[in-house]
Amino acid sequence: MKTVFSKPQALNDAVMHYCPGCSHGVAHRLVAEALDHYGITERTVGVAPVGCAVLMYDYFNCDIQEAPHGRAPAIATGMKRSRPDLIIFTYQGDGDLASIGLSEIIHCANRGENITVIFINNTVYGMTGGQMAPTTLPGQKTTTSPYGRSLTANGYPMKMAEMLAPLEGTSYVGRMALDTPGNTLKARKMIFKAFDMQIKGMGFSFVELLSTCPTNWGMSPSQSIKRLQDELIPYFPLGVFKEKEVVD
Amino acid sequence: MSESKRILVKGNEALSMGAIKAGCLYYFGYPITPQNEVPEYMSRVLPGLGGEYVQAESELAAINMVMGASALGVRSMTSSSSPGISLMQESLSYIAGQELPAVIVNVVRCGPGLGGIAASQSDYFQAVKGGGHGDYKLIVLAPASVQEMYDHTMLAFHLADRYRNPVLVLADAVLGQMQEPIVEREEVPPEPRKPWALTGAKDRPMRYLKSLYLKEGELEAHNKLLQEKYREIEKHEVRFEEFKTADANLIVTAFGTSARIVRTAVNMAREKGLKVGLFRPETVYPFPKVRLKTLSESIKDFLVVEMNTGQMVEDVRLSVIGDTSVQFYGRPGGGMPTPLEVLGEIEKNYSGQ
Repeated sequence: MKTVFSKPQALNDAVMHYCPGCSHGVAHRLVAEALDHYGITERTVGVAPVGCAVLMYDYFNCDIQEAPHGRAPAIATGMKRSRPDLIIFTYQGDGDLASIGLSEIIHCANRGENITVIFINNTVYGMTGGQMAPTTLPGQKTTTSPYGRSLTANGYPMKMAEMLAPLEGTSYVGRMALDTPGNTLKARKMIFKAFDMQIKGMGFSFVELLSTCPTNWGMSPSQSIKRLQDELIPYFPLGVFKEKEVVD
Repeated sequence: MSESKRILVKGNEALSMGAIKAGCLYYFGYPITPQNEVPEYMSRVLPGLGGEYVQAESELAAINMVMGASALGVRSMTSSSSPGISLMQESLSYIAGQELPAVIVNVVRCGPGLGGIAASQSDYFQAVKGGGHGDYKLIVLAPASVQEMYDHTMLAFHLADRYRNPVLVLADAVLGQMQEPIVEREEVPPEPRKPWALTGAKDRPMRYLKSLYLKEGELEAHNKLLQEKYREIEKHEVRFEEFKTADANLIVTAFGTSARIVRTAVNMAREKGLKVGLFRPETVYPFPKVRLKTLSESIKDFLVVEMNTGQMVEDVRLSVIGDTSVQFYGRPGGGMPTPLEVLGEIEKNYSGQ
């Protein structure tokens, strides 16, 4: 019998704690497929964020360290500089990466650290219960923007891919949505490319994944997908923002 | 050791040399006075040794880079001075919680705030009482000479690995900036195996390092294990120096640069016929409380001298037996006690019993 579909080897059999309709499961799977594809699970160390994905060490078969909130890119820097033979990736949410860890991500990217960053953008702080994030959309209601995000009071949603792409140190910057099978396949391709860049020593690679958080959005999984398409994608355009051809 | 091997270096260079001798090839740091000779030395020397110097964007990033390298089982370090060490407290707590080795040097300057760049000992509480959130301890070494800047930094790597615990070298601007002759060590204790390190899950199950424990009872059990480790450290790693304590009627307790000032004052007091000794903790955590208690059984007068408004004096008072007199003399950030001032305090508090 021919196997047409199976779970990636880089994931274990644990039942994930993520809510129904949450994008983390899909994102985990895509990362795991990349580890399988390049055969790098045995020499990969992941860095977990503070947020819902802090527990990612319960699911992956590669070594993982838990970082303080926002500091994953600095942890990854210490790892890659001292063991350049290892493949290092961070997996971070929008509060972690774009708010408290903004300095770490920008400087890590600017140094061109040869690591891969997977960035989950779902426009809220998930684990703490749906507070306003740096990527919360204008007018979006959250538990700390109960009247909707005010641009005068809170500024504008951070477009991380657009911020990082112009930095000389980045080798690859892309954004994709985890809404349809088609886009999920495109996201898979981006994540593969991001790891490929690291394997080839091209420098910092970054994939932003527009994701759903049905629990904190107060929506069903299908309504969440629709919101992602109607509201997130227009504000956070999809595509590859940067792709270096040759190493500097 | 032959005299010919003595070399004249600054304290900050000596600690860098001690770190490299201990096998530390990865340094992560951020400039701050009065410890800039450390990143300058490391950035000059490490590339030639196959190591890496990374100038971090902040002390927050620097300590997390150390945490990342440490997680892979690699010896690395950072150094800073008081405000920078304050920024590192969050991650020191994580490093302690994840039971990772790490070496951090604080070349203490004056606070609070931006304070000043002169020597001070006002970070004692921060160093020995935890500093960050949660119940944890750093092992804290307090050098008092340029030789000890070298030796204690080497020792710090050994203790950090042995106990899987962050070790802080608590120096100050005087120790960092002054030059003294030192002897480089030939022998380095072997680096232990690190079966906990993240090295890639090849031929073994994956490993993770974390400090989050959500399941019922899990965190309390983890904390109890940490406390057991601290008791082990208190049992085995106490270090101190005694100077003319054998016949003393009054003991002055001081660490680091203060202890050097006190040593001069003790000699001056001896010339006047006063039986005075110096007790100098080399580890301020674990604090040499057992020895101080023993001393206090026969000696009733203690004086504590610090370059702060009274921090270590609390640990001395907790160590000695009940009716011991423990007086304090200190100069806060921006000031430094002189031997004559200390002699005056000795004379004031000397009962001769």
